[in-house]
Amino acid sequence: MKALLAVTRRDLLLAMRRKSEVLTALFFFVIVTSLFPLGIGPEPALLRKIAPGVLWVGALLATMLGLQRMFAADHADGTLEQMALSPTPLALLVGGKNLAHWLVSGLPLVVLAPLLGLQFDLDAGSLAVLTLGLLIGTPVLSLLGAIGAALTLGVRGGGVLLSLLVLPLFIPTLIFGAGAVHAHQSGLGATGHLSLLAALLALSLFFAPWATTAALRIALE
Amino acid sequence: MNWGGPAEFFAMGGYALYVWGSFGVVALALIAEPLMLARRRSEILRTLRRNAMADRMDQESS
Amino acid sequence: MSTALRSPPVMPMQDRVIHWFRFASPASFYPLAGKMMPWFWALAAIFGAAGLYISFFVAPTDATQGEGYRIIFVHVPASWLSMFIYMVMAAWAGIGLALNARLSGMMAQALAPTGALMAFLSLWTGAFWGKPMWGTWWVWDARLTSELILFFLYLGFIALQAAIDDPRRADKAGAILALVGVVNVPIIYFSVKWWNTLHQGSSVSMTRAPSMAQTMLWGMLLMALAFWMYSVAVALKRVRTIILEREGHAEWVRNLPEVKP
Repeated sequence: MKALLAVTRRDLLLAMRRKSEVLTALFFFVIVTSLFPLGIGPEPALLRKIAPGVLWVGALLATMLGLQRMFAADHADGTLEQMALSPTPLALLVGGKNLAHWLVSGLPLVVLAPLLGLQFDLDAGSLAVLTLGLLIGTPVLSLLGAIGAALTLGVRGGGVLLSLLVLPLFIPTLIFGAGAVHAHQSGLGATGHLSLLAALLALSLFFAPWATTAALRIALE
Repeated sequence: MNWGGPAEFFAMGGYALYVWGSFGVVALALIAEPLMLARRRSEILRTLRRNAMADRMDQESS
Repeated sequence: MSTALRSPPVMPMQDRVIHWFRFASPASFYPLAGKMMPWFWALAAIFGAAGLYISFFVAPTDATQGEGYRIIFVHVPASWLSMFIYMVMAAWAGIGLALNARLSGMMAQALAPTGALMAFLSLWTGAFWGKPMWGTWWVWDARLTSELILFFLYLGFIALQAAIDDPRRADKAGAILALVGVVNVPIIYFSVKWWNTLHQGSSVSMTRAPSMAQTMLWGMLLMALAFWMYSVAVALKRVRTIILEREGHAEWVRNLPEVKP
């Protein structure tokens, strides 16, 4: 456990030193979500309808931008190999990296989303469901995205390839997250969707680190 | 199923575009795939034969 | 006698074990695949002929969909195969990963393009079926949408393997991706179904095919068998080519009749 937190702390420190990368992804989130009203029209009723989807897709894309950062730098300078050779289980260290990635890439999205939701004239209840959904869902994105990042480590065309691999896996999270807000808006209540999101989180917490670890070992061979 | 004649068969009750558009593309794909594979196979065989000849010439000259 | 001092012959038990795993090597599988292929082509042709005959000359006109429904005789087999091939591909990839077996990885690599093609055909025929029936070239129903995502999963697998230069690393990375995909396919299908039922008022569904006359069922089954035999034949053909490409330096390849100058 201590090792996990140590890795998290280290990654956070490194991220803070390269703040621009982190902030760029966040600005991307803001800009992309603003593009949709510009493309579709400012009518509030329409915006309220598309808001959940737009904000969630924006969050997906912004998360994806930061995925390669998880392993690339450590792979380049040999730290990753040291981690693989250390007595601490690699899965634990991967968990630490996932946590750091989420704190730096996912959590800011959760904080920003309600503000952006106001641009789409979402009411307080919808904003709450949106935020809660993103809070549960963004860790899932980090966990699943880590698998893709590990598989494409050092591979040609890594960034775009990573998107192709990982976006299909994100779809259930997108459906349940955006669906939760829609359900709330139509009066059906978001509990069903949010529970499913929580289930996805539980599943990915258990299984994704294994896949990521296996993929890392393959990349390091 | 009794078609009144070839004309009726090809017309497919007005759905000709869709039925033949589907079956046609499927037939095309299931013919094109093995053909492309055959080409890939002859390419690799050509390379391997060329390498074998080069090896033999190396052996003969050494 | 000097012969008495030689080691005893191989025990029959070991002999049986060796025989089974012998075909796990590319060198022994190559000729075996070559011999099996014509049988599968023949079966594909036979089932295909029978299936097409039923599709066009036995199955009656549908009450609601007229002659247009006949597209199911290619749409449904293509869908079934696209899903079946993905499972088999993932299984081979998993076995290759677990046993560190080259040939299993090659088999997965051989299946992927055919599976992707099946997924594409399913989408294409689905669109051509949807246009006359429901007025649009694309319907976001649960099955077609899931098929689209399955197509993306295939493309990702192929792209990943194509991007990695080292064939062994490509095999193993592909295996992880395929296994992750296999676990996700039911989740994705469930979530898309959920999404579809909540968002669409009318239950327009391509899954509710016209009430099946016995003959229609037979037609679909025979066509599905035809597609299956075809896929096996093509996969065997492709894996033989992959074996040549990856094992080209080996002695047995150089001694093949098709390679020997």
